[in-house]
Amino acid sequence: MYRILKAGQLAGNIYEMVVEAPRVAKRCLPGQFVIVKMDEVGERIPLTICDYDREAGTITIVFQPVGASTEKFTQLRTGDAFRDFVGPLGQPSDLCLESELEETKKKKILFVAGGVGTAPVYPQVKWLHEHGVAADVIVGAKTKDLVILEDKFKAVSGNLYITTDDGSYGRSGMVTKVIDDLLTNEGKSYDHCVAIGPMIMMKFCCLTTKKYNLKTIVSMNPIMVDGTGMCGACRVMVGDEVKFACVDGPEFDGHLIDFDAAMRRQAMYKTEEGRKLLELREGRTHHGGCGNCGGDK
Amino acid sequence: MADVLKKVPVREQDPKVRATNFDEVCLGYNKEEAIEEATRCLHCKNAKCVQGCPVNINIPEFIAELKEGKIEEAYKVISQSSALPAICGRVCPQESQCEGKCIRGIKGEPVSIGKLERFTADWARENGIKPPAPETRNGRKVAVIGSGPSGLTCAGDLAKYGYDVTIFEALHEPGGVLVYGIPEFRLPKLDVVAKEVENVKSLGVKIETNVIIGKSVTIDELMDEEGFEAVFIGSGAGLPMFMGIPGETAKGVFSANEYLTRNNLMKAFRDDYDTPIVHGKKVAVVGGGNVAMDAARTALRLGAEVHIVYRRSEAELPARAEEVHHAKEEGIIFDLLTNPKEILVDENDNVAGIRCIRMELGEPDASGRRRPVEIPGSEFDIAVDTVIMSLGTSPNPLISSTTIGLDTNRRKCIIADEETGQTSKNGVFAGGDAVTGAATVILAMGAGKAAAKGIHEFLSAK
Ligand SMILES: Cc1cc2nc3c(=O)[nH]c(=O)nc-3n(C[C@H](O)[C@H](O)[C@H](O)COP(=O)(O)OP(=O)(O)OC[C@H]3O[C@@H](n4cnc5c(N)ncnc54)[C@H](O)[C@@H]3O)c2cc1C
Ligand SMILES: Cc1cc2nc3c(=O)[nH]c(=O)nc-3n(C[C@H](O)[C@H](O)[C@H](O)COP(=O)(O)OP(=O)(O)OC[C@H]3O[C@@H](n4cnc5c(N)ncnc54)[C@H](O)[C@@H]3O)c2cc1C
Ligand code: SF4
Ligand code: FES
Repeated sequence: MYRILKAGQLAGNIYEMVVEAPRVAKRCLPGQFVIVKMDEVGERIPLTICDYDREAGTITIVFQPVGASTEKFTQLRTGDAFRDFVGPLGQPSDLCLESELEETKKKKILFVAGGVGTAPVYPQVKWLHEHGVAADVIVGAKTKDLVILEDKFKAVSGNLYITTDDGSYGRSGMVTKVIDDLLTNEGKSYDHCVAIGPMIMMKFCCLTTKKYNLKTIVSMNPIMVDGTGMCGACRVMVGDEVKFACVDGPEFDGHLIDFDAAMRRQAMYKTEEGRKLLELREGRTHHGGCGNCGGDK
Repeated sequence: MADVLKKVPVREQDPKVRATNFDEVCLGYNKEEAIEEATRCLHCKNAKCVQGCPVNINIPEFIAELKEGKIEEAYKVISQSSALPAICGRVCPQESQCEGKCIRGIKGEPVSIGKLERFTADWARENGIKPPAPETRNGRKVAVIGSGPSGLTCAGDLAKYGYDVTIFEALHEPGGVLVYGIPEFRLPKLDVVAKEVENVKSLGVKIETNVIIGKSVTIDELMDEEGFEAVFIGSGAGLPMFMGIPGETAKGVFSANEYLTRNNLMKAFRDDYDTPIVHGKKVAVVGGGNVAMDAARTALRLGAEVHIVYRRSEAELPARAEEVHHAKEEGIIFDLLTNPKEILVDENDNVAGIRCIRMELGEPDASGRRRPVEIPGSEFDIAVDTVIMSLGTSPNPLISSTTIGLDTNRRKCIIADEETGQTSKNGVFAGGDAVTGAATVILAMGAGKAAAKGIHEFLSAK
């Protein structure tokens, strides 16, 4: 069992947990992820490592309930435990490798974070800050209440640009607009961009940065099962190669990704999962009739 | 009087009934049936069956005990050579091993050695007979990576030698392929696999799940920082292969590993478990091995019409004879001498069908089997909504790529001495599918046994 030392909410429906997992905390690097299983009957859910404390032996995860399993996670409180918690999985971010530090220091780096993707960007920016590299960061959220980790980012970023879709806080508009503004109107230039957020946001970021020939790394979040390279569920097309996101990724060159195909694959279990979610929310009272879940069939 | 040329028939679930459930297909012998079958053994002086057994179980001796009704004695005979008899009795390819060599088989059917082994092991378990606990412990630490048949056997034997053994397992459940690959209807998880794991634990072996060696901790760290004096690698051959044909990333194409893992390890077939699985209506399974049969029969039980698509003919099917027989009884359709060329998709990238070409057998290839060649112009389509690729696996490079000085061959298999399991790295041993590539439970078990002896000799000399 892996104890939850702290469970809380960062914003509306964004949850944060600090979990005791000394083996993971000892070795992990920014960009890697863990797989979490809540209980005996639970799914294996991949979540990015959003912070770590090697001394305390803890890992911070941040998630948004989007389906049955993440919804179940929200019921956990400080003092509860996950049955299984395995990692660190995947490759660390290329930017956060000691061996590449000299090269990294020469680069001007821009991070673009969207929604819940803001959390996994944090350890990368923090690592760079601790190694003497100041990276600029764009944080995008739907609205003011959903802006997360602002103070933490302030402490470690070069320039921090916050934007909200509805203009209720910071700049106004989507992150892609900020990229355009910075690069065309505000005289900024970058050598390297990292965009993390919902698949759709990463897709449009890549379309934007392509115009400027700005190399952009994205963190893919396909469906996974084992996370060790054993099942192939996580395969993504990168250029014309098939890659397993759990061992070759999760970070890839965004300009080589077929996002439309990736998004279609992600929706593969939509109906089967939708059924489970409804069951969870409405319990045994739901016996079909909604026309959506097929519970009556 | 029963026909002495024939095996005592074994009771099975009716094919129509079992096609809709995940309960075990073969019900095994009861005591009377087992004793009757045991009387068919001729107790050959130079028993051929023993030579056919990869771990040389003293087959005539255990059958002789059984015939006398001394089942516990029979179990002890098997236990001298095999650590997992309840499993091997169920999944070994007996027709090409012990039973394939049995003298009885020259005229008539061989003795049903597998079913007798299974009966003996099941009886021992049901009657609470456990392997004797080690008498002495020397406190020296050995790490075992992977809890499949090779790892479990190696750990069990090391514990009997007196070592302080810890198994590190990447998944959340121990058992390797026995839990994530082979389905419940062939190998019950709770009653058989979990009990074998318990037996190993009862010898004092610790199992730490959720530890991926090479990611969570490396072999060098285990030896330098955590005090392990030797390491056994039994990490299996878990990487699925794909064909590289168009359409393979479409929705509805799975590796057999994914499909079986969802169903077996994650128990997607049960409503009370959260992991989903796609319930295809028409499923094509590409391949002809045990893995393909398991995937096909799983899809059938989830309600599909299932086609096995295999490029050679029936005689070359690498699966156990019993599985092919069961699959046919259950209504699996065999499209033999057929090879996929392309997976057809609809406008939403869902699988719509599979385009195949007919094959014929040509000259024998390097493996001695006749090489299948395409018949030009014979393409045809099968309408399916799900395709399961079961084309074989290769070892996971996670360990070899993170362990300094561990040599692998061209096929990414770890190089290890057959007698001792010793690898190119001092103190590190390996065995099972990680060394041989995908093979069998009994070979993995035999390799685990040999390596335990190798490690004992290595540490005794140290
Ligand atoms: C390497 C990796 C790292 C990840 N890191 C995080 C993280 O740090 N925080 C986090 O909240 N999530 C993260 N995810 C996504 C997370 O694993 C999924 O949200 C989770 O598996 C959903 O499980 P579920 O059963 O709750 O939802 P499901 O029932 O599986 O999904 C419900 C619906 O949501 C959609 N969906 C699934 N995943 C996403 C997604 N990521 N974004 C938008 N819609 C989605 C599905 O298409 C489906 O229709 C990561 C995924 C991967 C592969
Ligand atoms: C579906 C299917 C059906 C089969 N049917 C039969 C059959 O009927 N008869 C038969 O004889 N054989 C059968 N086989 C083959 C047989 O199961 C294997 O040959 C055997 O299990 C190999 O044993 P192993 O101990 O080498 O590896 P595995 O059983 O593969 O176990 C390896 C274990 O190591 C773990 N592991 C891997 N990497 C790491 C790491 N880095 N750190 C920690 N742990 C790790 C894995 O999670 C796994 O649990 C079948 C295989 C499959 C897939
Ligand atoms: S070869 Fe057949 S008949 Fe002879 S000892 Fe073995 S099982 Fe008995
Ligand atoms: S999640 Fe199974 S191979 Fe990547």
